[in-house]
Amino acid sequence: MAKVTYIQHDGTETVIDVKTGLTVMEGAVKNNIPGIDADCGGACACATCHVYVKQEWLEKTGTKSAMEESMLDFAEGVEPNSRLACQIKMSDALDGLVVNLPESQH
Amino acid sequence: MSDAAAHVVILGAGHAGGTAVALLRQYGHTGPITLIGDEPIPPYQRPPLSKAWLKGEADADSLALKPLEFYAENNVDFRPNVTATALDRAAKTVALSSGDTVSYDVLILATGARAIALPIPGADLSGILFLRTAAHAEALKATVGPGKTLAVVGGGYIGLEVAASGRALGAEVVVIERETRLLARVAAEPLSTFFKGYHETHGVRFELGASVTGFTGQDGRVTGVTLADGRTLPCDAAVVGVGAHPNDELAKAAGLETARGVVVDLDARTSDPAIFAIGDVAHRPMPIYDRMFRMESVPNALEQAKQAACAITGRPRPPGECPWQWSDQFDLKLQIAGYAFDADSVILRGEPATAKFAIFHLKGDQVQSVEAINSPPEFMMGKILILNRKPVDKARLADPSISMKEVAA
Repeated sequence: MAKVTYIQHDGTETVIDVKTGLTVMEGAVKNNIPGIDADCGGACACATCHVYVKQEWLEKTGTKSAMEESMLDFAEGVEPNSRLACQIKMSDALDGLVVNLPESQH
Repeated sequence: MSDAAAHVVILGAGHAGGTAVALLRQYGHTGPITLIGDEPIPPYQRPPLSKAWLKGEADADSLALKPLEFYAENNVDFRPNVTATALDRAAKTVALSSGDTVSYDVLILATGARAIALPIPGADLSGILFLRTAAHAEALKATVGPGKTLAVVGGGYIGLEVAASGRALGAEVVVIERETRLLARVAAEPLSTFFKGYHETHGVRFELGASVTGFTGQDGRVTGVTLADGRTLPCDAAVVGVGAHPNDELAKAAGLETARGVVVDLDARTSDPAIFAIGDVAHRPMPIYDRMFRMESVPNALEQAKQAACAITGRPRPPGECPWQWSDQFDLKLQIAGYAFDADSVILRGEPATAKFAIFHLKGDQVQSVEAINSPPEFMMGKILILNRKPVDKARLADPSISMKEVAA
């Protein structure tokens, strides 16, 4: 288990224990956290699990694949710390991760 | 209409029904929810059944939309292994196969679609499978492996995904398609040609323009597929993927308006204001194409679940979305946005030989749909162009050296 803090666009914070090996997207969806739609269920096909990773965690979440990079390029409100939550797998090293959710995924 | 205490009954525990439950709770619906499904497990994702799950890369827990505890924790009465047998709109009750009757204030029909069976001799032999449910996928997985031959009847997306997964599991695979090209009903010709070549490179055999007239068997188990030309192709299992039929009989019998599914409006509401229909079973308006149609896709199920949940909780109607779907085969990612309704020209962008290209379908100078292979920018910008109806310059669209952002600027 590793803790992830999801911060909604309106500031609501939820802390979830996510099983290592699951993705940051799965941690949100399985706990019914609003703000991450994940239409494609993690196939990196839809860019509706867009999150902003807190700067201090960015490096630990690893690098984006070319596919993720180009999907994100067309998401709304993309910032340098944008990631697709389905592409970040939880590990002990990510215990304490904080992500902010955008206003909308569509 | 918004009554936070209303009892919402959802018939069908698939992707649409499961998502409606989650969104109703997210949107603050506090009344009881009853979720009725004919499968033994709570709502799960079906797309991986023909892909990651079949190849053993995903397990049952990861397929589940929500963990089983979610339903009890959220005051959702989830009833597995039960179907609805009758709907009484005047009494607002649903009779169940368990013998119970449930009353509703609001009813959501999310009964989905079922695989069409072939009405031919031998179709009831064991080893002839469909791919619609986790149980189907389980049966298929148990049959396919090295030294086995899998026959796939139907060269659509399900058939091709099963073929690719079958090869990944080491089986011999032959795909039999009635039309003279693959994906004939759903994709452009260059895409059909590309997929055929790509699958052949990976060892899949094809019989195109071939009608299946029957199955042969021994001791009750399938041993071959017989074609109209008299040949019998030996196999250890056969998957039939020739389309699906909406489960709209209950609605029809109750007098709801139906067409190629249960007719709904942009709130996913049927001709009865207390009843909604979402997902594969719904025949819905698509304003960007100025018509009604029925779609079988996860994004459609999600969009309509959202429409119904918004209407039930008194939220504003969500903005219309561009329909889309995806398919993974071998290392290919196909993403499709829109439908090629009324298209009068086809623009190829990129080179199919590189396995990175897109096919745009236009009506005049507006994009109606795009089929993108390993090309996320074309897919993502295509979705935007389909929704906003902005005219594009065809010559620029056909030139991959001009970025999609510049093409759409």
